[in-house]
Amino acid sequence: MTPALLEINELSVRFGAAATRPAVAGLSLRIARGEVLGLVGESGSGKSVTSLAILRLLDPAAARVTGSIRFEDRELLTLPEDEMRRLRGSGIAMIFQEPMTALNPVMPIGEQIAEAVRIHQPGLGKRQVRERVIEALNAAAFPRPAERYSDYPHQFSGGQRQRILIAMAVANRPRLLIADEPTTALDVTVQAQILDLLAKLREEFSLSMLFITHDLAVVSQVADRVAVMRHGSLLEEGRCGDVFAHPQHEYTRSLLHAVPTMTTDLERPLATLS
Amino acid sequence: MPLLEATRLTKDYGEVRVVDDVSFVIHRGETLGLVGESGSGKSTIARMVLGLIEPSSGSVSFDGASITGMPQSRLRPLRRRIQPVFQDPYAALNPRMRVLDIVTEPLVIHEGGSRARHRLKASELLRSVGLDDSALPRYPHEFSGGQRQRINIARALALRPEMLVLDEPISALDVSVGAQVVNLLRDLQRDFQLTYLFISHSMPLVRYLSTNIAVLRHGRLVEMGTRDEICDAPRELYTQTLIAATPELRLA
Repeated sequence: MTPALLEINELSVRFGAAATRPAVAGLSLRIARGEVLGLVGESGSGKSVTSLAILRLLDPAAARVTGSIRFEDRELLTLPEDEMRRLRGSGIAMIFQEPMTALNPVMPIGEQIAEAVRIHQPGLGKRQVRERVIEALNAAAFPRPAERYSDYPHQFSGGQRQRILIAMAVANRPRLLIADEPTTALDVTVQAQILDLLAKLREEFSLSMLFITHDLAVVSQVADRVAVMRHGSLLEEGRCGDVFAHPQHEYTRSLLHAVPTMTTDLERPLATLS
Repeated sequence: MPLLEATRLTKDYGEVRVVDDVSFVIHRGETLGLVGESGSGKSTIARMVLGLIEPSSGSVSFDGASITGMPQSRLRPLRRRIQPVFQDPYAALNPRMRVLDIVTEPLVIHEGGSRARHRLKASELLRSVGLDDSALPRYPHEFSGGQRQRINIARALALRPEMLVLDEPISALDVSVGAQVVNLLRDLQRDFQLTYLFISHSMPLVRYLSTNIAVLRHGRLVEMGTRDEICDAPRELYTQTLIAATPELRLA
């Protein structure tokens, strides 16, 4: 077995009283170096809470987190806050569903990426920072980055904004990228471009990915392995081909046939959970 | 004669033309799927068909009568026959009304009648969308997204319309819940001989529900034809791109 880059053991997250149902219940997962794991589930499945727990972005006053999250042999749940801050962005980066809300509307896009570069590489001069920013935008296949360095987020389309966020995420060469529904808000033709880009970056930077989505078809295209969550628990996981061809769980089976494809039998109703 | 006919529909907002010369017909009992990405003009077309906004030029007629340029007072009898279901089931329901009142409000407005009759009718409507009487005294916040969309559909059916305009009715729902609503829409169409204008960004979903498909881009009609013509032999490059970009489950 290849050494794990990220290893989650018996992770539980609970909001509120001990009697309430945990948002994540005893979750164990691992991501090997260079691997893309698809994390699939519907609302309330705990998939986004899991990603926030990895980055330790859950409010400690509200969320009780137990278990273990190891990243490159460091335990994240007990890592001092300043080390955690250094790790965010440089070791583990994240992109979200809605690129507009993740960007500062009153700051030029080049500056926003530059800020992220300076936090992790304080020794760089002004020119070097700018070069890194352009390099990152180029890596994200962002058109004419030098010309558009000083433009603001609202001047870009949804797909271009997602490229800006991806540039920001890869600017510090993270080893793990957490992508939480990164294409859900995008048009389908733009989605295809962003998925191509993520596949290219994966090769280029030997990036590992935790790809969170509700869309099994997307997972089947980007992930090596898939984990299916429901109500905070892991239902099954395995290689994409195995899970999709032979789902062990009734819920996975119904998810697979709940969304019509271009070849769905038109005479039959869509699969639903009884 | 088609039940609905849109002729050369055009809508301008200032300098921007959001719908540009779009024509189509929908025959009784059929579903026309309008498919397009953001900015394609599909929701603007839905609102013009419903008489909620006036076209800049062109016209819509329903069952042979033009509804374009008609005063609101004369639109009312037509409103009963063509009802909308919108994307967001949270926004469409009045949070301070009980389900009984939400579902029967159209009856109160259009038909009057006794409270006992409304209750009976509400119970019947809820059954037709897969809910039961226990929902009647409750408020919208007590329901899940899928249940709320069912309540919306029950309300839309209250006046026994002939046509529903469905604008992305499942895109805010979870996958498994969306499947239930899609199945429900198919059952209702069969049981009540309904005619649908079904609007979606998803080609596979439009394929699954539609008799005919119109592909829109930047406010213009790219291509229109039967479901099989559009899905199996698209002539236009954009339609081909849209189909190719749709992620399919890869089983290998």
